[in-house]
Amino acid sequence: MSTPARRRLMRDFKKLQEDPPAGVSGAPTEDNILIWNAVIFGPHDTPFEDGTFKLTIRFTEDYPNKPPAVRFVSKMFHPNVYADGGICLDILQNRWSPTYDVSAILTSIQSLLDEPNPNSPANSLAAQLYQQNKREYEKKVSAIVEESWMNE
Amino acid sequence: MESDEEGIYDVESDASINYNSSDDGIYSEGENTAHGEANDFMDEPTSYKCLTSDQIFNYMMKVVDEVNAILQLPPHITCILLNHFKWDKEKLMERYYEGDQDKIFEEAQTINPFRLKGKVVSSNTNNITSFSMQSTKRPLTTQEVCDICYLPSQHMNGLQCGHFFCIDCWNEYLRIKIIDEGQGQKIACPANDCNILTDYETILSLLRGSDIKTKYHQRLTDGFVMSHHLMKWCPSPGCSVVVKVTTAGTRNVTCICGHAFCFHCLQPIHEPVRCPLLKKWLRKCNDDSETAHWISANTKECPKCRATIEKNGGCNHMICQNKSCKFDFCWICLSAWSPHGSSWYNCNRYDANDSVAARTAQEKSRAALNRYLFYCDRYMNHRQSLELEHKLYSKIKFKMEEMQQHNMSWIEVQFLKKAVDILCKCRNTLKYTYVFAFYLRSNNQATIFEANQKDLEMATERLSEYLERDVTTDELSNIKQKVQDKAKYCEGRCEALLRHVYEGYDMDLWEYLDE
Repeated sequence: MSTPARRRLMRDFKKLQEDPPAGVSGAPTEDNILIWNAVIFGPHDTPFEDGTFKLTIRFTEDYPNKPPAVRFVSKMFHPNVYADGGICLDILQNRWSPTYDVSAILTSIQSLLDEPNPNSPANSLAAQLYQQNKREYEKKVSAIVEESWMNE
Repeated sequence: MESDEEGIYDVESDASINYNSSDDGIYSEGENTAHGEANDFMDEPTSYKCLTSDQIFNYMMKVVDEVNAILQLPPHITCILLNHFKWDKEKLMERYYEGDQDKIFEEAQTINPFRLKGKVVSSNTNNITSFSMQSTKRPLTTQEVCDICYLPSQHMNGLQCGHFFCIDCWNEYLRIKIIDEGQGQKIACPANDCNILTDYETILSLLRGSDIKTKYHQRLTDGFVMSHHLMKWCPSPGCSVVVKVTTAGTRNVTCICGHAFCFHCLQPIHEPVRCPLLKKWLRKCNDDSETAHWISANTKECPKCRATIEKNGGCNHMICQNKSCKFDFCWICLSAWSPHGSSWYNCNRYDANDSVAARTAQEKSRAALNRYLFYCDRYMNHRQSLELEHKLYSKIKFKMEEMQQHNMSWIEVQFLKKAVDILCKCRNTLKYTYVFAFYLRSNNQATIFEANQKDLEMATERLSEYLERDVTTDELSNIKQKVQDKAKYCEGRCEALLRHVYEGYDMDLWEYLDE
């Protein structure tokens, strides 16, 4: 079944393959193009370096007019990521625009990793440590970086 | 501004004539009399109008035209500017002619058409007509890729911000915004990080299908009414009429559907009490503050762990049942039991300051509870009576038909309906006098108020009695005289009471209790 949302996702995938952004990858699941698996590599020179964080992206037939639901599957310790892996990022909510694509979503999440917004904390402990105790914050982050290798 | 620019916009306003030519259908109060003249002295009949949804759109376009007669902008741009200023014409004009015009356009999330003209003319002289339209079509010769669907298209459209999308993507985007998100006036360009707002002319030219166009019209007017400070939707369920007042001071309005409400707080008319006090009262009635009063009037707290305790036996040697507390204390003086020895009769700490304080606090609580219950009881009573009084209308209608068979003309029996109108109005006023009285601190004026309230209450009860009972038993000629006299008297008393309260507001005579 071909719908505008599915056709656009095919082109998103094609674009992602032809012009892959650094440090992220993603592909639709075999049986459903509305559900994608993605991986974000922790950016260099950040506490997240070397982490391989898995995510799922769920689109609706309203894509790209409505944003997909993006969620970390790997354990994450970050001020703007909820305990269930949900992400608090403006472009995935009120600042969504239909001109964004999968590549833009993944690179935005990648840059969110090292540039958290502690003013809208989804994880209050992470936000508190990020502001007050960087050492402890980095320790917790390196724990989830190591954990991200285990579930390969 | 150069004069040649003005000429171009004249063409524009011609195009919008179909929106604003008919303004004659607005309901005036003259058509509003069907539901009772008795309401007239509580309404302020000349100071508001009722508009149906079609009329609102016409009125909106009329406002745009009025402003445009001065600003000389394309109407769809004026619409965006006005919406930004919450449809306050004066404020827009003042800012437009005093301040930085570019800043106003930027704040309103649109583009100054005069600036744009310069740009368009310099870059492409063939495209001179496009600046009068907010939307621009790219020349058909080049195929471009739409940034939403990534497909090449020959039908690219966009706002003056320069972001172009294919017509299919525009329609899908607008459908989500209009139908799913319920937006109208504030739909921005689909491009990321572009906040330029769409205008009604572009949208109407892009939308395909009459259903969605109708919906868009609806959203536009919704937004207009919501941001207009002199307009409110009638709060009655299922009613889609808008009440428009001429001055912000107007309070009591009656919609053409018959629903009478306060324009400020949208509650049913609540004379003589004012909105903030009414709000306070309604909150008090709804929340648990009275439960709290009951608790403090009928229970004590363990002096150590603060657990709430209700006494269920005669013995005053209390042992707190809170497992982690187990404090022994005296119920009378609320201090530790140990100094009381074996017999509390010798409680020599009985008059100690803290126990006096504890008991006064409890008495205060009891008194406050009683006081609230007194006023609440009367408020509820009138509310219930008012509901029952509405049944009188059908009873009276039957009686009126019967009277007409006994040699009375239609006009001669109308007094009955009018009397029920007055009765309901008096009941409603009485209901809210108890809210007012609850918060009133007693002074000479408050005593006069209470006397007025008493008079009105007595007269209202008599009128109710006449209409409910005597009307079926008494001689027809006799009852007419009685009912008319009493109704007239009630009406007079009600007016006197309201006038007195309003004078008090004006002269600052009322003092309120702190709650």
